[in-house]
Amino acid sequence: MKIYKTTTAVAGISFALRPGSITALLGGNGAGKTTTIAMIMGLIEPTSGHVAVLGARMPRDRYRVLHRMNFESPYVEMPRRLTVRQNLKVFARLYGVADVAERIAELAAELDLVDLLDRQTGKLSSGQRTRVALAKALLNRPEVLLLDEPTASLDPDTADWVRARLERYRQIEGATVLLASHNMVEVERLCERVIIMKRGEIVDDDAPGALLARYGRDSLEQVFLDVARGQGEAREAAQ
Amino acid sequence: MSARRASREPVAPAAISLARIGAMVARYMYLLRSSWPRLLDLIYWPAVQMLMWGFLQLYISQNAGFFARAGGTFIGALLLWDILFRGQLGFSISFLEEMWSRNLANLMISPLRPVEFVIALMIMSVVRLAIGIVPVTLLAISFFGFNLFSLGLALAAFFVNLMLTSWAVGIFVSGLVLRNGLGAENMAWTIMFILLPLTCVYYPVTVLPGWLQHVAWLLPPTYVFEGMRALMIDHVFRLDLMLQGLALNAVWFAAGVAGFLALLKSARTSGALMQGGE
Repeated sequence: MKIYKTTTAVAGISFALRPGSITALLGGNGAGKTTTIAMIMGLIEPTSGHVAVLGARMPRDRYRVLHRMNFESPYVEMPRRLTVRQNLKVFARLYGVADVAERIAELAAELDLVDLLDRQTGKLSSGQRTRVALAKALLNRPEVLLLDEPTASLDPDTADWVRARLERYRQIEGATVLLASHNMVEVERLCERVIIMKRGEIVDDDAPGALLARYGRDSLEQVFLDVARGQGEAREAAQ
Repeated sequence: MSARRASREPVAPAAISLARIGAMVARYMYLLRSSWPRLLDLIYWPAVQMLMWGFLQLYISQNAGFFARAGGTFIGALLLWDILFRGQLGFSISFLEEMWSRNLANLMISPLRPVEFVIALMIMSVVRLAIGIVPVTLLAISFFGFNLFSLGLALAAFFVNLMLTSWAVGIFVSGLVLRNGLGAENMAWTIMFILLPLTCVYYPVTVLPGWLQHVAWLLPPTYVFEGMRALMIDHVFRLDLMLQGLALNAVWFAAGVAGFLALLKSARTSGALMQGGE
């Protein structure tokens, strides 16, 4: 649970992620998704209850596991005056990556950053910056990858490209991914489990197919709207 | 876990890592190298101030016997004040760079520990200070014949004491910005000025009213500026003052670190680390 003064941001939620899975955290603005992710990363201390990642209690034991996790969000930037290569070097060293130059070259090839490496990060387009942020998030080959709206503000083509890379990373590395998103297409494509939050609480939690069947809808967007407008309970009761 | 991962897993973080400290120092050096206005800013104001006070001292020393005897006191005080002020500013501005670039959350979820972050900021405060103060001391030699380095070992004692105070204040101010966002940024620029009248940079402690003298002696830089005057006017190195200043600095530094850690914990509770802005 997380309470800011008089506002309850996250109210008594509980869930565990299956290793190697991709789970979506869905919810409207203010549903508590970002606070939940921040608590998992140890950036925010829960008011009560506890968060454990890879067996370590967060934030108390965070230094046992932070080198095995990473995070990407368009709302957290990297120094704009540094070149892409400089930024990646700094973070690779912070994460204790063994062969920095090799890893950067590998990611640059994988994420189509080779021509951007020596350009200032601040002078890149938002799509290019997202790819750089993704490279930073994958530098240490995280076992737990947290993504907060990773494709927000991207054009459909770039967003699709990013999703393909995430899917590939998860398949190759067997990472556990938690994805907060408003993009239902993204969630349907990537995730095997969807946790829906509303006003700080989990209101539903199931596989996308099971949710579609239960709400009698064709798309997760319709399910999302049902939940957001409070029609989910009525529809379920009617069925 | 795959065999591929097991063979290439990042090294588990040590308690304090020189590599992580080095990474942060490199990050700030990249920034300095990429921006000539940042470099110019480090030199410009100290040089202007030194010239102004230097000429004033020159004028007064030609008209008053005491000041003729105390040649260089103003310039010496100014340069030492700059060490104190620029040391804190160098620390705080490096920290503010993380806030301005909205990079703080990236650092806070990395294995970088607060102590490593603070050590990197301390190193950068010395680097930034050196970039600013070395050219200015050379100017003081060429314009006024005042050689700060001629103070020798005494200068080392003054420097250590002043840097410790500047770091203590810088660490605490960084904690304030961490907890309260950029709304507290002005503190980084102005907090040191409260010490300007109280630490008696340009005049002896005895000038202050009795009750204020007690306050002044609680401030470590007071011991340095008194020590400098003793050296330049009476030609005596006051080791006792330096040791008292050092002891007081140990308390200040511990208080600064404790304050920073408490504010960091509070930021973790309030969600300020995620916001990292206003």
